[in-house]
Amino acid sequence: MAVTLTINGEQRLADVEDDVPLLWVLRDVLGMTGTKFGCGIAQCGACTVHVDGEAVRSCVLPVGSVVGSSITTIEGVGATPAGASVQRAWLDLEVVQCGYCQSGQIMSAAALLASTPDPDDSDIDAAMAGNICRCGTYVRIRAAIKQAAAGKQP
Amino acid sequence: MKLQVDGISRRSLLTGAVAGGFLLGFRLPAGALTNEPVQPPDLTGGSFAPNAFIRITRTGRTTLVMPQVEMGQGIYTSIAMILAEELDIGLDHVSLEHAPANEKLYANPAFGVQATGNSNSVRAFWKPLREAGATARAMLVQAAADAWQVEPDACSTAEGRVEHGISGRSLSYGELALAAASLAVPEKVALKDPEKFALIGKALKRLDTRGKTNGKVVYGIDAMLDGMKFATLAHCPVFGGKVGKVDDSAAKAVPGVRQVVVLDDLVAVVGDHMWAAKQGLDALDIRWDEGEHAELSSANIWASLRAASETEGAVAKTVGDVQAALASGETIEAAYEMPFLAHATMEPLNCTVHVRPDSCDVWTGTQVMARAQSEAAKAAGLPIENVTVHNHYLGGGFGRRLEADMVSSAVRIARQVNGPVKVVWTREEDMQHDVYRPVYRDTVAATLSADGKVAGWKYRVSGSSVLARWLPPAFQNGIDFDAVDSAVDMPYDIPNMQVEFVRAEPPALTTGFWRGVGPNNNVFAIECFMDELARKAGMDPIAFRRGMLKKSPRMMRVLDLVAERSGWGQPLPPRVGRGVSVQPTFDTSIATVVEAGVAQNGEVSLRRVTSVVDTGIAVNPDTIVAQIEGGLIFGLTAALFGEITVAKGRVQQSNFNDYRMLRINEVPQIDVHVVRSGEAPGGIGEAGVIGGPPALRNAIYAATGVALRRLPIERDLIAGKRT
Amino acid sequence: MSIRSIVLGVIAVGAVGVAACAWYLRGPGPTDFAAGQKVPLAEYGSTDPTGVPASLAQASLIERGKYLAHAADCMVCHTAAGGAPYAGGLGFKLPFGTLYSTNITPDRDTGIGAYSDQDFLDAVQRGKRPDGSRLYPAMPYPSYSYMTDADALAIKAYLFSLEPVRSASLGNTLSFPFNQRWGMTFWSALFNADKRFEPNADQSPQWNRGAYLAEALAHCGDCHTERNLGFALNNRKKFGGAVTAGWRAYNISSDESSGLGDWTADEIATYLSTGHAAGRGTASGPMGEAVDHSFSKLESEDITSLVSYLQTVPAIRSADLPVQLAPVAPTSHKQGGGATDQIGKRVFEGACVSCHGWTGKSTVSAYATLTGARSVNDPSAINVAQIVVSGTERHIPEGVLSMPAFGKSLSNEEVAAVANYVTARFGSEGSTIRAADVAALREQTAD
Ligand code: FES
Ligand code: FES
Repeated sequence: MAVTLTINGEQRLADVEDDVPLLWVLRDVLGMTGTKFGCGIAQCGACTVHVDGEAVRSCVLPVGSVVGSSITTIEGVGATPAGASVQRAWLDLEVVQCGYCQSGQIMSAAALLASTPDPDDSDIDAAMAGNICRCGTYVRIRAAIKQAAAGKQP
Repeated sequence: MKLQVDGISRRSLLTGAVAGGFLLGFRLPAGALTNEPVQPPDLTGGSFAPNAFIRITRTGRTTLVMPQVEMGQGIYTSIAMILAEELDIGLDHVSLEHAPANEKLYANPAFGVQATGNSNSVRAFWKPLREAGATARAMLVQAAADAWQVEPDACSTAEGRVEHGISGRSLSYGELALAAASLAVPEKVALKDPEKFALIGKALKRLDTRGKTNGKVVYGIDAMLDGMKFATLAHCPVFGGKVGKVDDSAAKAVPGVRQVVVLDDLVAVVGDHMWAAKQGLDALDIRWDEGEHAELSSANIWASLRAASETEGAVAKTVGDVQAALASGETIEAAYEMPFLAHATMEPLNCTVHVRPDSCDVWTGTQVMARAQSEAAKAAGLPIENVTVHNHYLGGGFGRRLEADMVSSAVRIARQVNGPVKVVWTREEDMQHDVYRPVYRDTVAATLSADGKVAGWKYRVSGSSVLARWLPPAFQNGIDFDAVDSAVDMPYDIPNMQVEFVRAEPPALTTGFWRGVGPNNNVFAIECFMDELARKAGMDPIAFRRGMLKKSPRMMRVLDLVAERSGWGQPLPPRVGRGVSVQPTFDTSIATVVEAGVAQNGEVSLRRVTSVVDTGIAVNPDTIVAQIEGGLIFGLTAALFGEITVAKGRVQQSNFNDYRMLRINEVPQIDVHVVRSGEAPGGIGEAGVIGGPPALRNAIYAATGVALRRLPIERDLIAGKRT
Repeated sequence: MSIRSIVLGVIAVGAVGVAACAWYLRGPGPTDFAAGQKVPLAEYGSTDPTGVPASLAQASLIERGKYLAHAADCMVCHTAAGGAPYAGGLGFKLPFGTLYSTNITPDRDTGIGAYSDQDFLDAVQRGKRPDGSRLYPAMPYPSYSYMTDADALAIKAYLFSLEPVRSASLGNTLSFPFNQRWGMTFWSALFNADKRFEPNADQSPQWNRGAYLAEALAHCGDCHTERNLGFALNNRKKFGGAVTAGWRAYNISSDESSGLGDWTADEIATYLSTGHAAGRGTASGPMGEAVDHSFSKLESEDITSLVSYLQTVPAIRSADLPVQLAPVAPTSHKQGGGATDQIGKRVFEGACVSCHGWTGKSTVSAYATLTGARSVNDPSAINVAQIVVSGTERHIPEGVLSMPAFGKSLSNEEVAAVANYVTARFGSEGSTIRAADVAALREQTAD
């Protein structure tokens, strides 16, 4: 079996069964290790990618279901306006600690900003509560999303 | 380096502990500051490597070697700041490198082993790193002075250059590297006057974060090698059990499965990717030989711990006459119980290994480089020098990666595999085969004096000794000084007190260090009990504590500040309370106030958390704030939800669905204030974890009058559904 | 009148009363709703509705037994979580204690290895053990009694072909008087007709095959039909839905609004064989297991027969179920139902939204789509609350599909709140269950 995927604007070929979750195709088959494994059951958000602009948990997403979709990962999200401003705000406010959850946090935040350019606290909760950060960077994540939304510079 | 424990009396050991947790009269081994090249090829290439931490090439590329591992605590930046401060070089000109396994060069001075933990990276390395930077700088200056035929004192340094002010001459460190490399290393060097610090004390940007926002940073789990295969594993779900019979026919039929490895105590499936391996593992028909612990349960464990806590313990500290003091008035007693906890680092356990006939390479993220190397050597059956460990960034450590069990399991699997194999634990396997934070039972008895102070105080910690397993020489006279650390080192002035430790090991489970370590249980019990005593004395909890803090001015100051900043004493709605805790942990004084609401049905909501921190010289104040914020959330998560339970010999929790984490929509406003201080830097990575739980419990006590004595927070007790 | 005659009179009246009650309680048999003449199997002129489908006609006895064992769904009840298949040990929590299923592998000491054919028939059809003791009707022998001897013995042959597993039965924890097995003798006499299946000569062969599958093997009624005071199936409300083991087995009668009346035959067939039909939700809990271990293994012709039978079961209206199912919920978390439920929303956005989405249409798997599912359109919210507590694990051809259990980490308050939030957002009529209801559901779940 081979599937053709569009990832960060590029065509990638992966020789896997249809039902392999996208996460493992990205990480183990294509070597794109920026997307992280945290739980495997859609409870932590570490594996979040965008499928046609929507934040989706790749650990429970069979690769066969995203053939023909446009996939964006942490390696490519900086090329989107929302992704770039989120990354900038993340650095400005020093959100990151161990960083392991942050690929997923940034993907969720970027999807939020792309659809809701001026999120309030409840929007942030609604978009980000599925992403666990074991280091506890939540306070800064909230602040950084607001900063990215406002387009503020440090 | 050998631990200098012999000949140290318990008393001096404990005063050592008072001064710095694990600091055991440490002196940096001479070897660490000799001119031993880290990587000989660099030297032949003309590198200037005056010590284990600094390398400057002729082109000026400056590499700082990180003796401590980066697991989120920002230590790479702090270490770089300390080195660069004394070296006089800008941080944008340096690159960082993980230290290799080398106990001689990179042992943590406080442990005597190459380990990152106990919040002592800055504390233990503060002086050696400053000396390392200053030594290198002195040699570069000397090289320049020699070249210019001037006195070194006439030269100054800045931004990676040596300058001769009078003549206006200047040379870069790169240009001086070769000459400096041939100089003798000076015995003594002058350190900078802290008043002149240009980097230390500034909220500088961390050096490790960019790659963590674009997917480029490589954690252990991200190691990729040519021809690598992927494996996942299952240990017997019952602690101590073995593999019985395995039928792998269905597993081998799973697409992508390459190999099934059956060892004595675990089974692994190797495949083309993790999913194949996992599907294969699920398809295995494994009959376990469950062994003697198949009936073990939390109830058994608690029953034996409670029984042990009724026995006399080894005395860790005595002041005055406790018996007389306790007999002098009403004795108030309480027992506090703390559960097993899992680490649940965000990055699940993993280790990539390539075993060849005469060598073994290991790629992982570990807090114990040298131990990882020696365990790998043991498991591979190779001499230690044939084993190379490639360390990585850690997606969280929290003490879990102070162990090397994952390395030896992976090496044992890899011995059966041709070529490199990445072994990744599922979250479930990670959670069910952790080394757990021990269950503790802390019993306290106290009497009050007429003026509302504690007159007598008897405190007993009962629980496992992690230290006795992890660093056996440090376990002396029956006392685990980590487990009693903050009980021995109380900030309160109590005239008659005694602290005891009862070692009670749970059967079957291995216990380990968990972020905040021993002080977690001490501070919880002490600070909860202080609130109960304050109520008994009819006093406000902060006023009650102040009365006993006269001899701890730093603590008094943070307590006063936290009262002010948290709005202590201002009116609150019904069923909302504020609770306070103070902690003298890791040479850092912290006071924390939690404001929480408690619904009639027992649901607890966090409203606001305020912490004031005196950690001495704050190397990077923003990192300190971040560590406290994160630590508070880590500790409050455990206080609200954390408990590992055992039934039929197995852990009942498995993943984030049943081992719950605080999420962003449950986290309150958190204000952290770092006070200015000129004292030596304290530890910060774990300190934030400790204060939240007792402050939360005290907030619930204030809101409801229910004195909880057990973690996690018992919502049914608060709701009055159980007493 | 002497005291004695009064007593005798009362007893007499009582006896008549008991007989009348018993007659009433026993009610109609499972296929009595259908018009037409029932005839003994031997006299039925058309295709034999019992046995295995044509494709297996030439199969060995063991093979046929295996198919029938799947159709009778023996394994699920006789396997403990993580235990060896058929080795028993699954606990059924009843209001009066816990009952454990037994080992039916051919182990001579702890299983059924020593059973003769007659022993096996007595157990399966009559609820009687070789030692004369009686089985509790958690074992659906009143249904299995409709099975032919040949089919039951084929199952036996299959079970005896398995590897024996040594696994002693766990002691039941029933309280008095329910721990008195002899009491079941009377129960059996009253409620087990002990009659083999009789085809209805006026119905189609397909219908008769479906009836045999549904009543003698799959024992649908044991979950989907309410029980009467005597704990026997009340076929006056046949397939009208019931709560069993803490899960609500929905109305599968032909009622248009609350049953399967508006499902197409294809939808029912797809649901049975895959546990999912587009826009109709996903089987979970016990029905998920029935699909995975039983229906998904049946030949499609048997599924078709089942469907044709099911569609003839008279409509029983479940009055509490809304007539209209809710459409897809809005994309924004700010719109839609449940807005005032703070706790429910907090739990949902943390633990649930990643799979189920704000709209209820899952972005990761059609199986996780909530829109259109009966459970979220059920104002009792029993299954929503139960699946939050217990989770579900489905084994579909593409692999394992599961929803994790949150029972250990969410309080009863939170489970109730999230169930109420989910039904308000994705159903047409929100629920108002409380923590105490959740506590009760936890009590009933099998373990
Ligand atoms: S790994 Fe996918 S959500 Fe946790
Ligand atoms: S930064 Fe470590 S888990 Fe989020």
